[in-house]
Amino acid sequence: MLRNSDHGFGTVTIVLHWTIALLILGLMLIGFVMRRTEIDPALQFSLYQWHKSFGFTALGAALVRAIWWLVERSPRPVPGLRPLEHVAARETHRILITLGFLTPLAGWAVASASTLNIPSFYFNIIVIPHLSLPQSDSSEAFWAFTHALLAYAMLALVVIHAAAALYHQFIRGDAVLMRMLRAGSRPSHAEAADLREAMKPLPGGNDP
Amino acid sequence: MIAPRTLSLKAALPLVLLAVALPADAKTPSLADAAGSYSIASSSRIQFNVGQTGGGGIAGNFAKFSGKFRIDGGNVSRSSVEFTLYPESVRARERRIEDFLRSSAVFDAANYQTVTFRSTSVTQTGPDRATVEGALTARGKTRKERFAVTLTDWNKGSISFTIRGSIRRAPYGMDVGTPIYSNVVEFDMDIKGMRR
Repeated sequence: MLRNSDHGFGTVTIVLHWTIALLILGLMLIGFVMRRTEIDPALQFSLYQWHKSFGFTALGAALVRAIWWLVERSPRPVPGLRPLEHVAARETHRILITLGFLTPLAGWAVASASTLNIPSFYFNIIVIPHLSLPQSDSSEAFWAFTHALLAYAMLALVVIHAAAALYHQFIRGDAVLMRMLRAGSRPSHAEAADLREAMKPLPGGNDP
Repeated sequence: MIAPRTLSLKAALPLVLLAVALPADAKTPSLADAAGSYSIASSSRIQFNVGQTGGGGIAGNFAKFSGKFRIDGGNVSRSSVEFTLYPESVRARERRIEDFLRSSAVFDAANYQTVTFRSTSVTQTGPDRATVEGALTARGKTRKERFAVTLTDWNKGSISFTIRGSIRRAPYGMDVGTPIYSNVVEFDMDIKGMRR
């Protein structure tokens, strides 16, 4: 099932979610290592270029993800979720999707504003042009700071997001995490029972 | 990103020889006049450029170098040149680029203080042109390289050449930044020799 349903996420959403998750975590790791001052200069140069190529990939994926999120329905909250929890989750997801797009955009601005003027040679395949920004030390510093700020904010939210998923999985015992791992709305006959189930603490939910 | 590894001053020497060897016409200095030993003047310019994908590139020069050459009046091909370049003196459009060029990624100036060229053959290719071949040593690796020398000016006390050469940097262990930055470093030198 490619599309989301009332009960769960479709393959498109799941693949986008985990692809972007992997990209973001990888980019944060590379970003952290490449900024260390004692790093070998040649390795540092390479890491910057990998960071840019994967960053542009993340930007594209985040754009698709944002559009998909806007046009595709969201599954109903898992049974047992309190309204406030639902709002918190929804807001976190909204901000994460926004940051997932803005952070690489700010990274593109860093590469564009840098006086080093290093081309963005996407995986050594195609040159991605710079954004039309003034190239100066102050412009580069501003965007580098913005990029880092957005990245750290996103990292904080990722931690909260992942902690919440683990909380739902291991403390609450509901289907929140599992339905982002497995496509489809398994309990298809359960629709009628949804309301009643929602009242009980439902262990498992979508998965055995 | 860039690895200028050429020291083509030596190439200049052959030029001198060539120039000297030119057939005399009314305006051409005689071979005997140009023959001799010269030191490379500090007013010489050692410039390089490394192209980058999408256009532009990294240009720079070396502020510190030394060398000498000898023009054989009787046989230009027996002329010779020796040149030494100090990569620590590299100049580029900003400090970060200079530091990168000096670093272990490119010249590794801390461990290899000099880049040297020693000519092995000089071949006259025209009335005011010559090709100089020789051994270029950078980062502990020595390879045969070739420079094209053109005589631009000379008088009793000094002689000037332009020297051009395209050096591939990867064989010297300076391939960092390829393919964003070209493997080929273009050298463009204005060499002035003062008679010793």
